[in-house]
Amino acid sequence: MTVRDVDMSVRIGPITMKNPVTTASGCFGFGKEFADFYDLSVLGSITVKATTIEPRLGNPTPRVAETPGGMLNAIGLQNPGVELVIAQELPHLRRYEIPVFVNVAGTTVEDYVDVTKRLMDSEDVDAVEVNISCPNVKCGGIQFGTDPLQAAQVTEAIKRVSRVPVIVKLSPNVTDIVAMAKAVEAAGADAISMINTLVGMSIDLNKRRPLIANGVGGLSGPAVKPVAVRMTYQVAQAVSIPIIGMGGIMTAEDAIEFIMAGATAVAVGTANFVNPLACPEIIEGIRQYCLDHGIASIRDLQGAAWKELA
Amino acid sequence: MARLTILEHREIAENMMWLAFSAPQDLRYTPGQFLHIRVTDGVDHLLRRPISLCYVQGEGGAKSQAIAVAYRVGGKGTELLRKKKVGEELDVLGPLGNGFTLHEGDRHALLVGGGIGVPPMVELAEQLTQQGTKVTSIIGFQSANVAILQEELSRYGEVLVATNDGSLGLQGFVTDYMTEELLATADRFYACGPTPMLRAVQAKMDGKVEGYLSLEERMGCGIGACMACVTSCRMDDGSVGYKKVCKDGPVFSAPKVVFA
Ligand SMILES: Cc1cc2nc3c(=O)[nH]c(=O)nc-3n(C[C@H](O)[C@H](O)[C@H](O)COP(=O)(O)O)c2cc1C
Ligand code: FES
Repeated sequence: MTVRDVDMSVRIGPITMKNPVTTASGCFGFGKEFADFYDLSVLGSITVKATTIEPRLGNPTPRVAETPGGMLNAIGLQNPGVELVIAQELPHLRRYEIPVFVNVAGTTVEDYVDVTKRLMDSEDVDAVEVNISCPNVKCGGIQFGTDPLQAAQVTEAIKRVSRVPVIVKLSPNVTDIVAMAKAVEAAGADAISMINTLVGMSIDLNKRRPLIANGVGGLSGPAVKPVAVRMTYQVAQAVSIPIIGMGGIMTAEDAIEFIMAGATAVAVGTANFVNPLACPEIIEGIRQYCLDHGIASIRDLQGAAWKELA
Repeated sequence: MARLTILEHREIAENMMWLAFSAPQDLRYTPGQFLHIRVTDGVDHLLRRPISLCYVQGEGGAKSQAIAVAYRVGGKGTELLRKKKVGEELDVLGPLGNGFTLHEGDRHALLVGGGIGVPPMVELAEQLTQQGTKVTSIIGFQSANVAILQEELSRYGEVLVATNDGSLGLQGFVTDYMTEELLATADRFYACGPTPMLRAVQAKMDGKVEGYLSLEERMGCGIGACMACVTSCRMDDGSVGYKKVCKDGPVFSAPKVVFA
C-alpha cells in the first residue's frame, strides 16, 4: 500500500494537535530559546515549564549530573511565579498558533487550585498539565503522585476551576501505575501524561557526596525509556482517556514505540538539551516512517503493540 | 549547530588537550563565549560539554579558518573526546553565551586565568591587542606539569605565572602579583578560573579596577532553557537572584557576582 500523505493529527480531549509531538515540561523553558533554532509552529503543541503561585528560586547547584544514558536533575521548580508567567512568558507563544499546555505545581491542593484559577484569566492557556510529583506539605511531604487518593483529590479540585482540559502527569515512582491512572481518570482528568522522572542518585567518589546538591534527583533520558514504555503499555489498556507518552525519546523510532504502546501523543524532554532540533527532526521522522510503512494516519499505530490485528 | 572537522588535537600538558576545528560558516564570536560539544554520537554520554573558545585563526567572521579550544581530561566523557582523531567530525553547538566586553579607550588590561580558565584569555589578548590595549596576563596553575598557553599569551605582552607548588614561576596565587602599583596602571581586568580564585580576584579588584568574571557551572542545555546552571547575582534593583551562566553569562560584570 502506498500513501502519499500522512494524517499526523491527534486529539487530546477537545484539543487537536496537528502532529503528535509536544515538548516535555521543564525541558523547553517557555520556548524562547528554541525559537532561535526553528519555527515553533511546526510543533504539535508546546508544554512549558512548571508554574507555581509564588516565584520559586529552586535548588542550590549543581542541579544536574550526567548518568549512563541519561541525566539526573533537581532544578527545584525555579520559575518566576504565575503572575509573571502570564504577563511575560505566555503571550509570545500565541503567534505560533499551536496549543499551549501549562504545567502547574504546588505544595498544597489550594496552591494548585490558585495557580489554575489565575491561569484561567489568561487567553493563552489551552490546557493545564498537573505535575503531581510534588510533596504535599500538609500530608507529611508525601508526593501527591504516589497516593491515588491525593492524586484524585488534586485532580478533582483543579477540574472544578479549570475551563480548559486537565492533563494529569503521573509519577513513575509508584508500585502500581495503573491504580494511579484509574484514580485520576475517575477524578475527571481529560488526559494523562507520563512519565515524570524516576528518583535517582549518583555519588562523586572523590568528594564522597551525591553529585547534585539536592542529593536525590530525577532521572530522565534514554535510560528510563523501557520503564516509560512499559507503564504506557499498561495504563493505555486500563483507561480510556488519551495518554501523552514520554521518557527518553530521542528519535522518531522512540516516539513510535510509545504510540504503539498506546500513547496518543508524545513529549520530548532531555533530547532537546542534546539536540535543539530534536522535536522537528522527530516530527519529520514519524512522517517518514508512516510513508515508508504505508500508514495513512498516525492514529492507526496507537496501541498497535496490544490491539488485536484488524 | 554544526559538524566540524578536527584539524589539530594534541596534549599540551598533562591531561590538557588542544583541539582545533574547521570554523563553522559565518562564525560570529566574542572571546569568553563557549562551544557546547558532544563527546560521542551515541547516548552513553548524553550531555554536551561546555568548553571555552580559546583562539580563532584567520581574519574573523566568515574569513575564519579554524577555531580552537583547550580542555582538561577529567572524566569518562572527556576521555572519549580525547580519543577523537584529526579528520573526524564533532557535533558542536555555538559559540554560546555572553563573552567579554572590550572597551575601546582602555590602555592597559589585566588578564587573569587559573588552570582551565586560561584558554579564553588567548583570543581576548588577541582582540585587545588589535584595538591597541596593552595586556598583562597573570596565570596560575597547580604545578608546572599542567601549565598551558604561557607561550601563546607571551606573544601579546608580559605573562606572570604562579603555581601552587612553586614548580613554575612564583609560588603562590595569581593575586600575589596584584600589587597596588600594578593595579594603578590597569583600566580593566578580565578573569576566568576556579571559584576560589575568582572570589579572591573580585575582592582584590573591588573599588580599584573594573572588570569581568567568567564563571563555570554544570550545564544541561547550554542555551538557557533548563535552569541547571544558575549562579547568584546582584540584580539591577539591588536584590540578589539567579542568573543563568550559559545564557546571561558565562561572563558577568565583576561586582554583580555574589559568591556563596
Ligand atoms: C531539567 C528538567 C526539568 C524538568 N522540569 C519539569 C517540570 O517543571 N515539570 C514537570 O512536570 N516535569 C519536569 N521534568 C520532567 C520531564 O518533563 C519529563 O517528564 C522527563 O524528563 C522524562 O522525559 P525525557 O526523558 O524525554 O526527558 C523535567 C525534566 C528535566 C530533565
Ligand atoms: S544549562 Fe540549561 S539553562 Fe543554562
